[in-house]
Amino acid sequence: MIELVSDSSWEILGKHQIESEDSIVKVRQLIRQHAKDLSMGIIDQTRITTAVSELLRNMYNYANGGIVLIESGMVDEKNALIVTCMDEGSGIDDIELAMSDGYTSGQGMGFGLPGSKRLVDDFEIHSKKDVGTTVRVMKWK
Amino acid sequence: MNTNLHEKRIPIIKLGNFLIVSIQVDMHDKLALQLQSQILEEIEKTGAKGVLIDISVLEMVDSFIGRMLSGMASMASIMDAAVVIVGMQPAVAITLVELGLEMPGVDTALNMEKGMEMLEKRLNSDDTALF
Repeated sequence: MIELVSDSSWEILGKHQIESEDSIVKVRQLIRQHAKDLSMGIIDQTRITTAVSELLRNMYNYANGGIVLIESGMVDEKNALIVTCMDEGSGIDDIELAMSDGYTSGQGMGFGLPGSKRLVDDFEIHSKKDVGTTVRVMKWK
Repeated sequence: MNTNLHEKRIPIIKLGNFLIVSIQVDMHDKLALQLQSQILEEIEKTGAKGVLIDISVLEMVDSFIGRMLSGMASMASIMDAAVVIVGMQPAVAITLVELGLEMPGVDTALNMEKGMEMLEKRLNSDDTALF
């Protein structure tokens, strides 16, 4: 699993295992609640929830699930919600290709990663063959 | 797992020539797919000419649910039934477009009443088109 360094000032809001479709639903409801708690507007709440929903589906479908870390804290002097999705799947061969619109490895329509990126303020992806993939997204007010 | 899904089964109501589906829960992927086949079975069974799907309670439509809804519309159309999606929240519409899913070919209406008018209009024009 590829772990990313968190800023020491960030607060951990939760760490959740994704192992079933029900856990996907639960975590995305939590994300919305945390976004609401950070007093984000309804559109931003929906953006971050939808972006994370795409990432959770990828984890569940392609890597047998994984771990989601939810944090909040200051990023460039803005109050942000930071969500990191980590899996131990086989990794993405060609990240650039996976990030291009319309690319799909099979089941999807290919909007998952690039679509998710468009919905957030910061998007970072790391993948290593046979180690896993980690995607961190941030949304700030 | 199955019993769990069964509990969450989304009801489909028949009203005249139409089916009315109101999605009141946050759907996971399997439930969305189950709803899709449930609606198609119901179209076959009842010969319904239109389906109104109310998503006003849905706070989020991601690419999977979006794809399920537009797939639903094409499948129903092959079965000679029209689908109208009603009540999409503004935040959901914005997010869908930003996500890259514009759902071409899917008819939408602001609310149930307007959706019903749309279906009725379509049904009437279909009748006259035959002669």
